[in-house]
Amino acid sequence: MAKIKGAVVVDTERCKGCNLCVVACPTNVLALATQVNSKGYNYSYMEQENACVGCSTCAFVCPDACITVYKVKLDK
Amino acid sequence: MSQTNSSINEIIKPENLVYKKPSVLNDNPMHYCPGCSHGVVHKLLAEIIGEMDIQEDVIGIAPVGCAVFAYKYLDIDFQQAAHGRAPALATAIKRLMPEKYVFTYQGDGDLAAIGTSETIHACNRGENIVIIYINNGIYGMTGGQMAPTTIEGMKSSTCPFGRDISLNGYPLNITDLLVRLEGTRYVTRQSVHTSAAVRKTKKAIQKAFVYSMEGKGTSIVEIVSTCNSGWKMTPEGANDWMVENMFPVYSIGDLKDI
Amino acid sequence: MSEEIELMKGNEAIAQAAIRCGCDGYFGYPITPQSEILETLMAEQPWKTTGMVVMQVESEIAAINMVYGGAGCGKKVMTSSSSPGISLKQEGISYIAGAELPCLVVNVMRGGPGLGTIQPSQSDYFQAVKGGGHGDYNMIVLAPASVQEMADFTVLGFDLAFNYLNPVMILADGVIGQMMEKIVLPPFSPRKTAEEIKKLYPWATYGKSKDRKPNVISSLEIDSVEMEQRNLKFQRKFQLMEENEIRYEEFETTDAEYILVAFGSTARICQKSVEIAREQGIKLGLIRPITLWPFPTPILYQYTSKVKHFFSIEMNAGQMVEDIRLAVNGKAKVDFYGRLGGIVPSPIEVVEFVKSKIA
Repeated sequence: MAKIKGAVVVDTERCKGCNLCVVACPTNVLALATQVNSKGYNYSYMEQENACVGCSTCAFVCPDACITVYKVKLDK
Repeated sequence: MSQTNSSINEIIKPENLVYKKPSVLNDNPMHYCPGCSHGVVHKLLAEIIGEMDIQEDVIGIAPVGCAVFAYKYLDIDFQQAAHGRAPALATAIKRLMPEKYVFTYQGDGDLAAIGTSETIHACNRGENIVIIYINNGIYGMTGGQMAPTTIEGMKSSTCPFGRDISLNGYPLNITDLLVRLEGTRYVTRQSVHTSAAVRKTKKAIQKAFVYSMEGKGTSIVEIVSTCNSGWKMTPEGANDWMVENMFPVYSIGDLKDI
Repeated sequence: MSEEIELMKGNEAIAQAAIRCGCDGYFGYPITPQSEILETLMAEQPWKTTGMVVMQVESEIAAINMVYGGAGCGKKVMTSSSSPGISLKQEGISYIAGAELPCLVVNVMRGGPGLGTIQPSQSDYFQAVKGGGHGDYNMIVLAPASVQEMADFTVLGFDLAFNYLNPVMILADGVIGQMMEKIVLPPFSPRKTAEEIKKLYPWATYGKSKDRKPNVISSLEIDSVEMEQRNLKFQRKFQLMEENEIRYEEFETTDAEYILVAFGSTARICQKSVEIAREQGIKLGLIRPITLWPFPTPILYQYTSKVKHFFSIEMNAGQMVEDIRLAVNGKAKVDFYGRLGGIVPSPIEVVEFVKSKIA
């Protein structure tokens, strides 16, 4: 059965750390970093990389369009 | 930066791309507060304009209010209107250039308070324009004052003890009013707090743009939104508060589609 | 083409001239004494011939903002109203000046303040020439004194507006708007095509073409350093207008010992006053400012070398008289005579006033 794997890239400079992507993610991939960007925001990042299914939910709700989403079907 | 493992690098390749910032939305960082609904709606507009390939044929009208700088983020021709007058500008632009897509982007203060007259008359004439109406029940730009749409009991800096109907009157549900006008063709109320809601709002705006070229009247897409700064909540807390308190007053869904 | 002489009202002349000069859009709201402009346009139905858009809209505020929208697209657009309606338009005019857009605004003045009277007046002089709306801006103000000039200044007003990218006002009064005279209308010139607009007005919002950045029409600039620069640019533009656009007319001034200064319908009355005074042996002359802004300041100043007494005759409580005093800069005496509330002065009473002051 094909397994779907995803990954997101957060534009950390654009991110304002609003946390909406973190709470929206159905597989709890994202978290806010303890580090901050140049504006002082704790940006979002993939904390649980392997859990991402590339569903784009985070990107849809992101108000600042900082999330790029990738997805592959892996045959196993 | 966190270390990206090799399997992730295998996924992050152009051929696997499923979502990215639309190109019509430029790289200028938006001035909106973290978590503001405006950003999502801007992004949707950019996606729709890009997907419909109408960048050369669309003119936007920015309001006075938080979205006054909308023109800094969307790479399309824009006019910035006096407070509340966006539908008047849009009327003239569409009448003078009927072959263009013309939309206004307005907040509740702009559309439902100072611009009530322009809103109602543009809709009543059935101007073939799109009105994007962000209703977050508060004046965000000026620091959280009461809006015409502030719901009963909701606190703001000019109703610090909550909106009191005997003092401030009722919240104005202008979209319900616009449904009654012969000139409106499509009136819908949406939100952008979940990915499903975002998808629905995108479909609604897309439909409004298509309708605006069919000469059958005005399309209004109200987006019940949050202003977490003005409401003094976290972004996710504001979403929850909106669902619990705003949706019962401003019910989500199509109100008119003919 | 043979010139055809027609008989019509001043208001009708504005409407006819607008259609003929390739105006793209008129947006208005009825108010006495200028409603014939909108009525004539609606009766002519120019959308069937030239393609001009004509709309009666919900308010003067909507109308001026429609003008803003149309002008922002590089279109030749106008509105008209009378005093109370012009007050409502001031915010929009300020925005149009701030966004550097061309347009024509017609004010057929009636008596104020408030709802005032529907009778003619010139009491909006200050509002027209000193700003009206908020912020540091000026606009060229043309004061017609005949039905012919109502038509001519419609054409001229648009030309000036597009030359300077600034609003232009025709400041007429109820007399000029309502009276009928014979006139020759301007020749037909076509509306500009979309392609011509793209070429001539590259700043306009007609849809972002691939080869350029988005065009933005806005009067907003949060950065005060930038906003000061923008204002200084406006001021240079206004200075150019002052240098190049002063218009005036002289009547019997070569040997004049006394000079009347009057504009619009009052200037026509004063022309008669000059004739009556001269019959009585008084060497009276008349200067009629055609542009109230820029005011013919240097012209009046030049006259102070030989004329030591000026009279400002107005249908208001004394507004232009201030500009005359500034112009003569203490080198001549300036007296004011005016009638208020819609009363039009007679030539005789002007002469009697002059005589009372020079006796």
